[in-house]
Amino acid sequence: MARKDLLELASLTREEIDRILEQAVPFKELFTRSVKKVPALKGKSVLMLFYEPSTRTHSSFEVAAKRLSADVTNFDVPHSSVVKGESVRETVETLQAMRTDYIVVRHGRSGLPGMIARQTKASVVNAGDGAHAHPTQGLLDAFTVKEVFPEMSGKRVLIVGDILHSRVARSTSSVLRRLGVEVAYLGPGSLVPKCCPEGVRRFTDYREAMAWGPDVVYLLRVQMERQDVQYFPSLREYHRVYGVTRDRLDELEDKGIWLMHPGPVNRGVELCDEAMDYQRSLINRQVENGIAVRMSVLYSLKPGASGDEEAEGEAEASLE
Amino acid sequence: MSRTLTAEDIDGGVERLADAILESSEGRSVALVGIRSRGDEVAERLRARLAERGRELDFGTLDISLYRDDYEHLHENPKLQGSDITFEVDGADIILVDDVLFTGRTIRAALDSISDYGRPGRVQLAVLIDRGHRELPIQPDYVGIPLETERHDHVHVSLAKTDGEDKVEIRKKE
Repeated sequence: MARKDLLELASLTREEIDRILEQAVPFKELFTRSVKKVPALKGKSVLMLFYEPSTRTHSSFEVAAKRLSADVTNFDVPHSSVVKGESVRETVETLQAMRTDYIVVRHGRSGLPGMIARQTKASVVNAGDGAHAHPTQGLLDAFTVKEVFPEMSGKRVLIVGDILHSRVARSTSSVLRRLGVEVAYLGPGSLVPKCCPEGVRRFTDYREAMAWGPDVVYLLRVQMERQDVQYFPSLREYHRVYGVTRDRLDELEDKGIWLMHPGPVNRGVELCDEAMDYQRSLINRQVENGIAVRMSVLYSLKPGASGDEEAEGEAEASLE
Repeated sequence: MSRTLTAEDIDGGVERLADAILESSEGRSVALVGIRSRGDEVAERLRARLAERGRELDFGTLDISLYRDDYEHLHENPKLQGSDITFEVDGADIILVDDVLFTGRTIRAALDSISDYGRPGRVQLAVLIDRGHRELPIQPDYVGIPLETERHDHVHVSLAKTDGEDKVEIRKKE
């Protein structure tokens, strides 16, 4: 059965996840050809509807869509009529009239992409909604871990930072766990949920977390523009307690631990400068894999197919 | 009503292709490119047979799923298998290989696909079975088995590595 939308990972079957990851491999192979483009979505239109700024996710989706030969239109929201008081519903009606085939949405409100998906025949891809979900980030992270550890089962990934407000932590840990990876959280007590999902270890002390024996350390970005900063005394303090300092980088190297980060990195906060050149850093590979995985996602969706029923009940946002 | 071709018929077809390619590729450096799936298996057999006769050829496989012209009509997009072209395509002398030539649309897609790897010097087409009924101006250079069929007949090819046995079934439309 073809699926219309990708709103959250929980609604994907294991088979669909496997297929998206498998098909990202041939898409990634295209990047080494002289022509990196294929005509699979020729004549289709992709609309980028970003209510929150995001250079990386936005350009990754845009490159993915263009490499599939789709036409990409940017609906630049902060500078458009939303500022003039146009509601999301009106915007969606406008987009519907444009007969766009795919809509890539990012919005600060959880559940909003699901609301849009129900209003339109276009395939909707959630590119991040509030603290709820960021499914393509989860998929690209899983793809990246799988490249390093083809048998993912039993491998250990330690996610470090503000778990509480992070849709990356939520999406990435949910897909990794479904693929058999063991996940643990590390962060300040105020930023790691007291009740972690079943089977997820919770740490607040860096050394204890390292004793758990992670194969990958995944650092979340400290969101300077959000409220995180007030949860710990200072950025320097954060770096000292939870960041990969020079000494900790040596430890990672000795133990052969891989490093991931969704980008963009705050140097001197999550990572020291030297970590940028770390041999086992997967950060640049995450960027490249992001394009391949998003191509695979767009290719697997069918505009006009039946909607994502599971998203029905859980959307919290209203379109008004 | 149905007819079948046996493993022996298929083997004869492959042999005819090998003979013709051996003769025409004398003094040329040729690359075989098999179209997935099953065209790659035919191409592999050709390569093995030509190698037995002392002719070593470059080899590649092509997945044309991303170059099809019928996405609109498909319920679900075709599963990707990936292409594997490691030789230099610019200037190459290529023989595309497929199991069955029918409308010609697959070959149209394969030509588009191969040209995204580079600009071949020449492209020819070898098919195990030509069943006719073209919808595009495409003709094969080498044919293993010419097969008369009706437009709506179903020609179902099974090959040992892909399907477990060598067999061709031609089913009449009821």
